[in-house]
Amino acid sequence: MSYVIEGRTGPWELVVGLEVHAQVISQSKLFSGASASYGGEPNTHVSLVDAGFPGMLPVINRECVAQAVRTGLGLKARINLESRFDRKNYFYADLPTGYQISQFTHPIVGEGAVEIELADGSIRTIGITRLHLEQDAGKSMHDQDPTRSFIDLNRAGVALMEIVSEPDIRTPEEAGAYLRKLRMILRYLGTCDGNMEEGSMRADVNVSVRKAGEPFRTRCEIKNVNSIRYVMQAIEIEAARQVEIWEGGGSVDQETRLFDPARGETRSLRSKEDAHDYRYFPDPDLLPLVVEEAWVESLGAVLPELPDAKRQRFQSEYGIPRYDAGVLVAEQATADFYETVARGRDPRLAANWVIGDFFGALNRTGRTIQDSPITAEGLGGMLDLITDGTINGKIAKDVFEDMLETGESAAAVVERRGLRQVTDTGAIDAAVQAVLDANQDKLAEYRSGKDKLFGFFVGQVMKAMAGKGNPALVNAALKKVL
Amino acid sequence: MSLDPATVRRIARLARIGIDESDLHALQGELNGILGWIEQLNEVDIDGVEPMVGTGHAALRMRDDVVTDGDARDAVLSNAPDAAGPFYTVPKVVE
Amino acid sequence: MMLTELTIAAAQDGLRRRDFSAVELVGAHIAAIERLNGRLNAFITVTADQAMDAARRADDVLAKGEAAPLTGIPLGIKDLFCTDGVRTTAASRMLENFVPPYESTVTANLLRDGAVFAGKTNLDEFAMGSANINSAFGAVENPWKREGEADTVLVPGGSSGGSAAAVAASLVMGATGTDTGGSIRQPASYCGIAGIKPTYGRCSRWGTIAFASSLDQAGPMARTVEDCAILLQSMAGFDLRDSTSVDCPVPDYRAACGRDLKGMKVGIPAEYRVAGMPAEIEAAWNKGIAWLRDAGCEIVEVSLPYTKYGLATYYIVAPAECSSNLARYDGVRFGRRVPAASLDEQYEATRRAGFGAEVRRRIMMGTYVLSAGYYDAYYLRAQKVRNLIRRDFERAFQQVDVLLTPTAPSPAFAQGEKMDDPVQMYLNDVFTVPASMAGVPAMSVPAGLSANGLPLGLQIIGRSFDEEAVLAAASAIERAASFTHRPALRAEVV
Repeated sequence: MSYVIEGRTGPWELVVGLEVHAQVISQSKLFSGASASYGGEPNTHVSLVDAGFPGMLPVINRECVAQAVRTGLGLKARINLESRFDRKNYFYADLPTGYQISQFTHPIVGEGAVEIELADGSIRTIGITRLHLEQDAGKSMHDQDPTRSFIDLNRAGVALMEIVSEPDIRTPEEAGAYLRKLRMILRYLGTCDGNMEEGSMRADVNVSVRKAGEPFRTRCEIKNVNSIRYVMQAIEIEAARQVEIWEGGGSVDQETRLFDPARGETRSLRSKEDAHDYRYFPDPDLLPLVVEEAWVESLGAVLPELPDAKRQRFQSEYGIPRYDAGVLVAEQATADFYETVARGRDPRLAANWVIGDFFGALNRTGRTIQDSPITAEGLGGMLDLITDGTINGKIAKDVFEDMLETGESAAAVVERRGLRQVTDTGAIDAAVQAVLDANQDKLAEYRSGKDKLFGFFVGQVMKAMAGKGNPALVNAALKKVL
Repeated sequence: MSLDPATVRRIARLARIGIDESDLHALQGELNGILGWIEQLNEVDIDGVEPMVGTGHAALRMRDDVVTDGDARDAVLSNAPDAAGPFYTVPKVVE
Repeated sequence: MMLTELTIAAAQDGLRRRDFSAVELVGAHIAAIERLNGRLNAFITVTADQAMDAARRADDVLAKGEAAPLTGIPLGIKDLFCTDGVRTTAASRMLENFVPPYESTVTANLLRDGAVFAGKTNLDEFAMGSANINSAFGAVENPWKREGEADTVLVPGGSSGGSAAAVAASLVMGATGTDTGGSIRQPASYCGIAGIKPTYGRCSRWGTIAFASSLDQAGPMARTVEDCAILLQSMAGFDLRDSTSVDCPVPDYRAACGRDLKGMKVGIPAEYRVAGMPAEIEAAWNKGIAWLRDAGCEIVEVSLPYTKYGLATYYIVAPAECSSNLARYDGVRFGRRVPAASLDEQYEATRRAGFGAEVRRRIMMGTYVLSAGYYDAYYLRAQKVRNLIRRDFERAFQQVDVLLTPTAPSPAFAQGEKMDDPVQMYLNDVFTVPASMAGVPAMSVPAGLSANGLPLGLQIIGRSFDEEAVLAAASAIERAASFTHRPALRAEVV
């Protein structure tokens, strides 16, 4: 889908690349044994290594390396068997050692790709330039004291993966789709929880504009945008700003900017730019990181099925539409739920119930799959009752609502409320006769050719049977009599 | 390469070391003396030579992902020149 | 019997035989420190009370016959090793009041083996210097005097100058040092004692305040080679907390001292015969060659063509690493803070006031050689030359087992000399830096006196992780030299 910014001088094209910082899921920090868990009293998840005490040394966490490798494999990227750690030197209040340990020249993961799907159904591939491991910084709090900022180092040293895309993104929508897809992959892999609100996934957005066919123009980096919606807004606003500058005869300065969603603008962070010179060099406290090919293979062998593959399998194995499959694989938990329901049952019926009634119920009650009173087994049990004729589809809706309320099994609800479908033809015939008797006028109209009234009789019979009549048998009995 | 006063100031700023104008001249002379002396490395043919990285004796060892440290706030704050409750402090940073 | 003149080896025996108690042994040294430290300034912090308590505990252990290798042996600890609950300054205003809540691996190993710490020895600030004049706690005086110049104060060398002076003057039986470009070997040479920088990775760097991480290595200083071997045995060993520590068994170093040298090949690197080398240095070197030949060694001329670039390379790599390692001294979490209105002003004021001139100079140099536009020309080029230097050694060690060179281009000089020009000062390390750049073990051993009565050291350099060959060759020189001279200022005469 083409996205064009109409300027006074004609159309402009948008060029965007994203640097995503994803917090690695691990027990302890990248280079220290302190807890990496979120929260905690200030400065309690801090070792003397994290606080940069004299003589303290980093020792790398194997699981963090494994998480980076898993993510690289999930992004279909090259794993660099030898990588290195460099120091990025700068002074800041929440950076205890005065340098961040990162991977500058030799990242652990090289080129890869992410496929995104757009609203019009088209598919685009966004290139991944690299993924590297680095340390997170601590947190400064500015609102606790009139003259001082307070420093909490609980986050300092937690492992981050920086995932850098190629400047392949051409529309805000693509940026949103890319972030959603990346987050989905990270969650499937269990390498990052993708929670942008808590800051465990943040994006730096590189934006430039150009006329069609031109080489890239100067870009600006919008730092630390913390929601997908904001990323899309920031791109639009920043692109418009740049077009304005170029068309006004000015030129865009390469700089770091901040997105202010309240004011709907980006603004320069010139103060931070001041004399930036990170003086990267190989960290002499660490040796080159060498991972064995066999280890990488063993990690790859137990990688979970990823969303794209799962969706294709759902389509082919369960015969459900691409759109439904896409909805079901959006979260690993949803996909697992669906598969439990669908296995050994009618997979289309299962998809309809999961996407329709079940998701609707979760939305309505504000619950998640994890705390839903209806389990996958429970919903499957209800489908079984439909399939074996114990209940009909209409009664099933009642049973479902009851299950949602009480958490009981479908069989228990049916039993308790006597909702078992009536298949006794004697009882059905009796009900039919009673309805006809009570509606002699309608019967006469029907007989005089008003066929549409057949439905009326079905409804009346079902009503008389409290909805429990087997619809097929009711139909057959009516047809015979009429 | 020879350092001018502006470069000396820029380096001092990068290193966050305050310098007075009165230091500048002496410092510039000393640094240029050292730089002049290390110019001798320019005569070494380094074509095709890899830079030394690590010691060559081992690759990086990886530790298990277990929480073995932290939960030692008293130690962490024991030497802080100006702690405020559980926090370190710096002059207010305006962002 | 002068307890302060004993070797560690002899004191171990004496303590076990109960010829004297640990309280007597440690007490004699504490008394010597009290008499002499005011003059020598070898210690920044004396922990007399803790040392006497430790001595009493050592006597209990000795009484039970459970002595560990260093039980009751009084040592000096360079004030660069963090010691739990004992102020650790790095000889810097920056850490004037820093009390680490942890014990460095090397000192913990020594404590495990029963050693008694008499105090923290003086050094050049953050180990940057070759004369121990760059200390925020004042310069250290070399206990040796030029003949007929009793009033001239000589430097002890640096950066482990306090350790060297303390050991030479018998204030302690041995001491820890650290060596980044010669900081153990050069002061050992200037003070007439032995000192070994082991292979990079042999002693853990955990808990030792960093100067240049790829070069820093701890080692012992003592009056005999055997005493160095005894101390190194305790200090060395694999440590999971240091990623550059090498998991390699620690052999019996003391046994290596008595090893027969027959058939050992000793390389004499031609490039160390630098222009302008004082005749007495060259003479000492030639004597060393003769002694090793007499001991059965084969002498081989070898070439280390890139050696001459060692020093210039060092003065790029070490400042680069130091500029980054010392960024943590920012007045926030520990150490000195000079309050100011803004964060950047506070950094600048703190680091200006906290660091001495040489430290500031090296941080500036290091910042410059890593900065945008200069990295390739300086730092990257230096690391390539460093690789060539390392290959020089690798090639040489295909031919020979050890190398023999002088330790320093001169004997100890006087305070005030060589102090106007940083480069002149740096040249003191010209012979010691190349082994540091290559990471190989090297040792200085006293070989004789200069014409004006000052000690001269010879340096033995060995293959990586072959400290045994170094100790063996150094022992042979020590035996042949029978160096029994003692400095003018020492425990039993003052």
